[in-house]
This record gives sequence, structure tokens and C-alpha cells, in this order.
Amino acid sequence: ERDGRFPLGEKRLMDVKLGELGSWLGKRDFTPNGVLASIRNGHDRYYNKYINVKKGGIGGVAMLLVGYVALSYMWEYDHLSEYRLWEYDDLRVPTTYSIIHLKAL
Amino acid sequence: MTLSFFDQFMSPTYLGIPLIAVALTLPWILFPTPSARWLNNRLITLQGWFINRFTQQLLLPLNLGGHKWAALLTSLMLFLITLNMLGLLPYTFTPTTQLSLNMGLAVPLWLATVIIGMRNQPTAALGHLLPEGTPVPLIPVLIIIETISLFIRPALGVRLTANLTAGHQLIATAAFVLLPMMPTVAILTSIVLFLLTLLEIAVAMIQAYVFVLLLSLYLQENV
Repeated sequence: ERDGRFPLGEKRLMDVKLGELGSWLGKRDFTPNGVLASIRNGHDRYYNKYINVKKGGIGGVAMLLVGYVALSYMWEYDHLSEYRLWEYDDLRVPTTYSIIHLKAL
Repeated sequence: MTLSFFDQFMSPTYLGIPLIAVALTLPWILFPTPSARWLNNRLITLQGWFINRFTQQLLLPLNLGGHKWAALLTSLMLFLITLNMLGLLPYTFTPTTQLSLNMGLAVPLWLATVIIGMRNQPTAALGHLLPEGTPVPLIPVLIIIETISLFIRPALGVRLTANLTAGHQLIATAAFVLLPMMPTVAILTSIVLFLLTLLEIAVAMIQAYVFVLLLSLYLQENV
């Protein structure tokens, strides 16, 4: 039944052709209820696949935490890119600790 | 220069959402609701075991009136310990380093114990201000001291903030200042960092526990 005559907004993402992506996004439900429903959906799918299993290991939670670390890195990227490690091999170090060399904003 | 040392405690904003909002909602995802099954999955079983043991230990010294606080105290403990431990992952933000959050948790809960005590048993609550068996000349001084100590109890929140901030700051200083300065003895600095991380894990758990324990103590006197 995977012919191209489905109503566009109800197809799953994998069935949408690239050219139709913009209009597919336009038909998705972006009301607060819809956003919450999709978050809950995604959470349930992840949970039931990786955590709610008979012999779940540490992988289910570990993937979540690694994703969180990556997300935090992305959030802080602007701020982190200002830090530079000590670049000079110069032993005649000034006594004031001008260690963290901030880029000019 | 002082700002650059404390920069790690500012919550950066991305697309208008501050990182603290993400960091605060993450514990919600990590504690799933138990289903109605006889045997749940391993994560829920482990968490359930921990919650049961903790609540049992916590409620031992409290009388029946205090048992109403069980859900609040246990959920507070879970929240704090999760926030503290998650803050040890790289690049993450620890919301409990913000004084506003900790005081927002400490002051209302402490005030609740005081008001409950004053309302239900005012004589006994005021009686806590004077320990038994004090010599008579000391009484005025001791009442003043005990009152001050009663009002300083919201320092519960300050304690949590200070401990976590200090730990993170130590790690940041060792990483940014010591490590680049002395590359020849870098291995010593790495050992220092490793030990500091272990310390931080311990501190994270202990601080959450102490917060809740003291609160239950205040409750015990007043309920």
C-alpha cells in the first residue's frame, strides 16, 4: 500500500520523499498538545525498546546520558570556544595568573 | 579575571532556552513510573529497592504525624542526588550550584516545620529553645543563642550550594590552571583530578543525604 497517494501529513517520516519534506512538516501538529504527544511518543518508544526489557543492561540509561552530555556541549559551545589552553612554552611566566586566554568578543 | 573562574556556573542560553531548564527536567526522565506488573524491569526494580530502603530509614525516628512527609522527603532526596550526580558528567550544568534553587528548597521546608510546630504544639516547640538542665543564670543567654540557631537553619541551602560549588571549582582550577602550568608533572595533576572526581561523587551523594536528613530532624522536633 505504499503508493504515493496517501494524505501527506499522515505518512511516517521514512515514507516521505525528500521533495515533500517541507509540506510534510507543515502538516504536522505543532500545537502544545501535539508537541507533548510527540515527546511522549518518542519517550515511550525509547523506553520500551531499551529500558523496559527483560534483561536491560546499562546501555539504555548510558545512551541517554551520553546524549545529554552531547546536548550540553552543543548548548555551551559558544561559551566553551572562548577557552584556550596555555599556549606558550615560555618559562618566564608573569606572576599574575593570566591563564585563561579569552578571545576578544 | 574573577569572572572567568566562575564562568562554569552560568547557564548558557541556546535558542532562547537556558541549559538549566534542560538540566532540571532530566531527573524526570530517569525515574520511570512503575507499571502494574508483578516484576518490573531492572531499572525500576533497582530504584524501587533504593526508595524503599531510604524511606524506611528516614521515617524510623518520626512519629505518625511525620509520616505524611514521606513522599516529599524521598522525592527531594532523589531529586538532589540525581542533580548532583548528573553534574559530574562533562559539560553538564549543575542546577544545585545556584543559591536561588537551594534556598528555594530550604527556606519553605524549614519554615513549614517551624509553623507546624508552633501551630500544633506551641509549648513544646518553644520549649526546644531551652535545653534541660541548664543552670539558671545562663538561661537568658541560652535562649538568645538557641533562637539564633533556629533562624540560621535555612543555611541548609547554603551548605548544599557551597559544597557543590567548591568541589566543581576545585576541579576546574586544577584542570585549567595547574595542568597547563606544569606539563612536566602532569601525571601528578591527573592523579589529583582523578581523586577530586572521586571526592565529588561522594560529596554529591552525601550532600543530598544531609539536606534531607537535617530536614527530617527539624520535622521530628516539631511534629
